[in-house]
Amino acid sequence: MCLAVPAKISHIDESGQGTASYMGSEVKVNLALVPQARRGNWVIIHAGFAISVMDAKEARETLRLFRELAAAQDEGA
Amino acid sequence: MKELRNPAALRSLLSDIEEQSRKIGRTPRLMEVCGTHTMALFKSGLTPLLAEAGVEMVSGPGCPVCITPNAIHEAAIAIVTGTEGVTLATFGDMTRVPTRKGSLQTAVPARDSRMRIVYSPEEALNEARRDPARKVVFYGAGFETTIPAIAYTVRQAAAEGLRNYSVLPALWLVPPALRAILEAGEAAVDGFIYPGHVSAVIGAEPYEFVAREFGVPGAIAGFEPGDILLAIRSVLEQAVEGKPRVALEYSRAIGREGNPVARALMDEVLEPFDASWRGLGVIPASGLRFRKEFAAYDAGPRFGLKESGDDRDLAGCRCGEVLRGVIRPEGCRLFGKKCLPDSPLGPCMVSYEGACLIHFKYGGERRARS
Ligand code: SF4
Repeated sequence: MCLAVPAKISHIDESGQGTASYMGSEVKVNLALVPQARRGNWVIIHAGFAISVMDAKEARETLRLFRELAAAQDEGA
Repeated sequence: MKELRNPAALRSLLSDIEEQSRKIGRTPRLMEVCGTHTMALFKSGLTPLLAEAGVEMVSGPGCPVCITPNAIHEAAIAIVTGTEGVTLATFGDMTRVPTRKGSLQTAVPARDSRMRIVYSPEEALNEARRDPARKVVFYGAGFETTIPAIAYTVRQAAAEGLRNYSVLPALWLVPPALRAILEAGEAAVDGFIYPGHVSAVIGAEPYEFVAREFGVPGAIAGFEPGDILLAIRSVLEQAVEGKPRVALEYSRAIGREGNPVARALMDEVLEPFDASWRGLGVIPASGLRFRKEFAAYDAGPRFGLKESGDDRDLAGCRCGEVLRGVIRPEGCRLFGKKCLPDSPLGPCMVSYEGACLIHFKYGGERRARS
């Protein structure tokens, strides 16, 4: 039940209701718990609510780490 | 993030893990608290690879459908069978939990009443807005990940003066359950993989006591295979160094402070009480109930339900021990025999986060070998 997915906010209307693109489709997302969220942010959505705004810098850092891990393994193999 | 599934990167992490576990000198036993982690481990095929790397993974209590005791499931059945003009809305898994009174799926609703599966509690709130003559009850089970969304609907209903909306709460807090497991000691946990999406709300601080008081390491993990391996590596490194802490290995999605807005909302609407969990019994301050100002939105008293009911598991079901990490699902003699996904005898075989269902669906290869 704690399954949650990352999605990118594509639109926020005047009432604060958001739309996000998730795997090619547009879903409604309640942004009441993440007032700092802006269009273009990636958020974690659970049960129709965004519960967290993702950090682009940290995401790049994670990617870099995994590319390094993969490269090190390929060299070692 | 396909990089987090890159086989070479995963192999590299697995060999680090093997090296750390060798330094520990025995097979460390790590509890993945969250059922979504259990599923991710099995589906990605990591479970047997981790066993080869010398790590034993054990499932914990992180399945809200499973740890909700039968009495509350029976209360939900009583509402939809006993009152006319009710919509009982809930998450899909909740409808199939077997009790002595059948399940929500097999229950025959009262006249003009119905059961409705929703994805968000807001869908239930919207039905109450649309149809003022209908009594809409959201049967909400969840941890800190889900609780803010449920609290939101109640605060909203109160603000709009919606009298036909209510919630049957089954709201559970993860940290007190971890304390109960550590104090009981029977699961012999060497480290915790903390639930990433519960932590999105509560942050890292509420787990600090695990390291401080019990000396047990832990790491908050995301749900990609690479996320989980990073967290396992961190936990083992902490154990080798003898420096237990709460590591955050999911920083692209959450911060150590969690979500203060969500926590403030929970705190505004709900208050802790000593709740009874399936398998774990009564745990101090481990459940949430409505504060006095919002008590009118509690479906229990509104529908005249009794405080307590029959909390025993169905005969032979050992779901409670599975949730405490004391036995594996294969240790239940009904597993895969009398208890099957199509004819479950306990909630652990119902929920997609239930350890019995996950072991049955994805553990076939290992079962056949052992
Ligand atoms: S296999 Fe079925 S009966 Fe056994 S513990 Fe799991 S849910 Fe209960």
